[in-house]
Amino acid sequence: MRTKRLSAALSVLLAGALVAGCSSGAEEQTPQETGPVELTFWTWAPNMDKIAAVWNEAHPDIKVTVSKQAGGDEAAAKFLTAAKAGNAPDLVQAEYQMLPSFVAAEAVADIKADVEGVRGEFSDGIWSLVTLGTDAVYGLPQDSGPMMLYYRQDLFAKYGIAVPKTWDEYAAAARTVRAKDKSVYLGGFSTKDPGWFAGLSQQAGGQWWAITGEAWKVGINDEATKKVADFWGGLAKEGAVDTQAPWTPEWNAALNGGKLLTWASAVWGPGVLSSNAPDGKGKWAIAPLPQWSAGESYSGFWGGSSIAVSAGSKHRKAAAQFLSWLNTDAKAVDLLIKEAAIYPAAKSGQKLLTTAPEYFANQPDFWQQATTIAGTARGFTFGPNVNVAYGAYKDAFDKAVQQKSSFADALTSVQDATVADMKKSGFTLAG
Amino acid sequence: MSTAQKGARAHRAGATPYLYLAPAVVLFTLFVAAPIGYTAYLSMRRVKFSGLGLGKNSRTEIFAGLDNYRAAVADGEFWAGWLRVLGYAGLVLTLMLGLALVFALLLDSARVRLARFSRIAIFLPYAVPGVVATLLWGFLYLPSLSPIHATLRAFGVENVDLLDPSTVLFSMVNVAIWGGTGFNMLVLYTQLRAIPRDYYEAARIDGAGELAIALRVKVPMLAPALVLTTVFSIIATIQVFTEPMTLRPISNAVSSTWSPLMKVYTDAFINGDLYSAAATSLVIAVISVVPSLLFMRLVRRQAFGEER
Repeated sequence: MRTKRLSAALSVLLAGALVAGCSSGAEEQTPQETGPVELTFWTWAPNMDKIAAVWNEAHPDIKVTVSKQAGGDEAAAKFLTAAKAGNAPDLVQAEYQMLPSFVAAEAVADIKADVEGVRGEFSDGIWSLVTLGTDAVYGLPQDSGPMMLYYRQDLFAKYGIAVPKTWDEYAAAARTVRAKDKSVYLGGFSTKDPGWFAGLSQQAGGQWWAITGEAWKVGINDEATKKVADFWGGLAKEGAVDTQAPWTPEWNAALNGGKLLTWASAVWGPGVLSSNAPDGKGKWAIAPLPQWSAGESYSGFWGGSSIAVSAGSKHRKAAAQFLSWLNTDAKAVDLLIKEAAIYPAAKSGQKLLTTAPEYFANQPDFWQQATTIAGTARGFTFGPNVNVAYGAYKDAFDKAVQQKSSFADALTSVQDATVADMKKSGFTLAG
Repeated sequence: MSTAQKGARAHRAGATPYLYLAPAVVLFTLFVAAPIGYTAYLSMRRVKFSGLGLGKNSRTEIFAGLDNYRAAVADGEFWAGWLRVLGYAGLVLTLMLGLALVFALLLDSARVRLARFSRIAIFLPYAVPGVVATLLWGFLYLPSLSPIHATLRAFGVENVDLLDPSTVLFSMVNVAIWGGTGFNMLVLYTQLRAIPRDYYEAARIDGAGELAIALRVKVPMLAPALVLTTVFSIIATIQVFTEPMTLRPISNAVSSTWSPLMKVYTDAFINGDLYSAAATSLVIAVISVVPSLLFMRLVRRQAFGEER
């Protein structure tokens, strides 16, 4: 009995201490009146610390400290957890599709008033990714990933195929390649890259989320996206495209060894190709994505990110000031290109790209082509639970590929999972 | 007066043990009890959005009662995950412990050569972290670069996919056995060395051969160690996470909810729903304890008979 009472008392004491410890961390601290403002910055862009050092030297009153993060799904989860615990960084890199969930979690601040001056630096399509179609501004765009078709110039000649202008031509070429060489595929369908599929759906005119009045409309299985799903589903079923998981040594070997002739990817592709397929140097080239109707020219976005100011930051103005410099100042954007190897979102930055990547020495007009393609890319509004939709995509399409079942049905199950999650969370849904 | 004195003395006598206990109690509270308590608290809450969920104050955390538990138990995928894990655990338990027992008995038998080398060679994979082991094996399972496939091809077996739905379970079991046999072998072997040699001599005088000694003397005397390794293995296999999680990116046959623990991970870190994850993990904890307890109950008499 005594033991019980004592241990109960002890645990109460400890619990008290714990609660006290937690709450003292969350208490408001008075802003520093003297000394420089200290900002912390979570990003996975390489060499960002070098870029921040350039800023720090010119701005002794605002000191930015970079903390290098791992990218991917976990990066978003980590930030949301930190925000909940009250120790989020001042600045955070956010992939465009994750920004709405940050906003919904009230983890990032509206910086509209602080970045009014730089609106003109960005195209409307990119800008809508940081406003989410509202009046607020939740971050500044840093880089973007317009999609294009990477293809093996030499092997296209060898197999006697022309660069496909439409998806129909792509399908025909895929069959031709299989007929000529059983060990080679024209391209692949990735069940592991929902962002890739989202980009292809954007190209087709899909609108996965939309805001109508005060309600969300979810259209993951809209007609445009269904068309994309059925197209790839048909090719996968007849074995005309590769369905192995990308980003594995096996996939690298295929890309490197000429067993995959094309890769529908984004503007950041050269970095991947040069490290994963070093033997292909000088043999790959880029072209616009195949189109759904001849004569059209559309693309979509795969990847790209913004930098947001966390809601808990005590120095919103200083943070926004650094952000504006980082993503629009000519010198900073030049550093972003050279040090962080990104394709800048700012319009002015795209003009700074002149010399083709070394890997693409065979295509001296690489950046001119890329910029033209970027101008044709259309995006869509991302909803507050992209993570759920993307997770459902991987499970549903893995299964469809394994069972050779309908991709349209897989798409419907992604739609259903996304809608069910939004309903459960209490979002207002239209229709 | 006398009662007060008595009380004081009792207090003095009683304080010392608690003082000794304090570090354990503090650590237990901080790192076990408090997190479990917090998990239980989280499991009964959820987030509610209103409207678009984008404006200020459109997100509130509310009390959910047992809703999260109801959802966890009603999810068919959760039970399908348990079924997969049951198949996995059955294979790993029988094969891994069987192999560990055979190796231990072989190493203990008088006639074995290269005992030291074999012991280390069998144990070494245990020192390789699970993620690394699974990555290594995962790459070996991929066809174009792998010596496994090259060997199969040399014997005329073409186009085996070691990562498709019908084979991926065995591929995972293989990793677990590779990594786990050594540890269990060592536990059993250590116990074997502790058995007095006199028993074997007596058995030999009675006319028993090596095999008979192994089966009728050594194995029964190994019972407590076998129980220990079985319980540890049951708990470890039920919590299988590393192998499917690491194979998932390279296979189309492992879903995000392949094992119950993967469902917790997906809920918490992909879907951002800590509340459902908390409820599911408590359900898993309860379910994990049951087979271990059942097994202990079943074998208590045989294994620990002499202690009762």
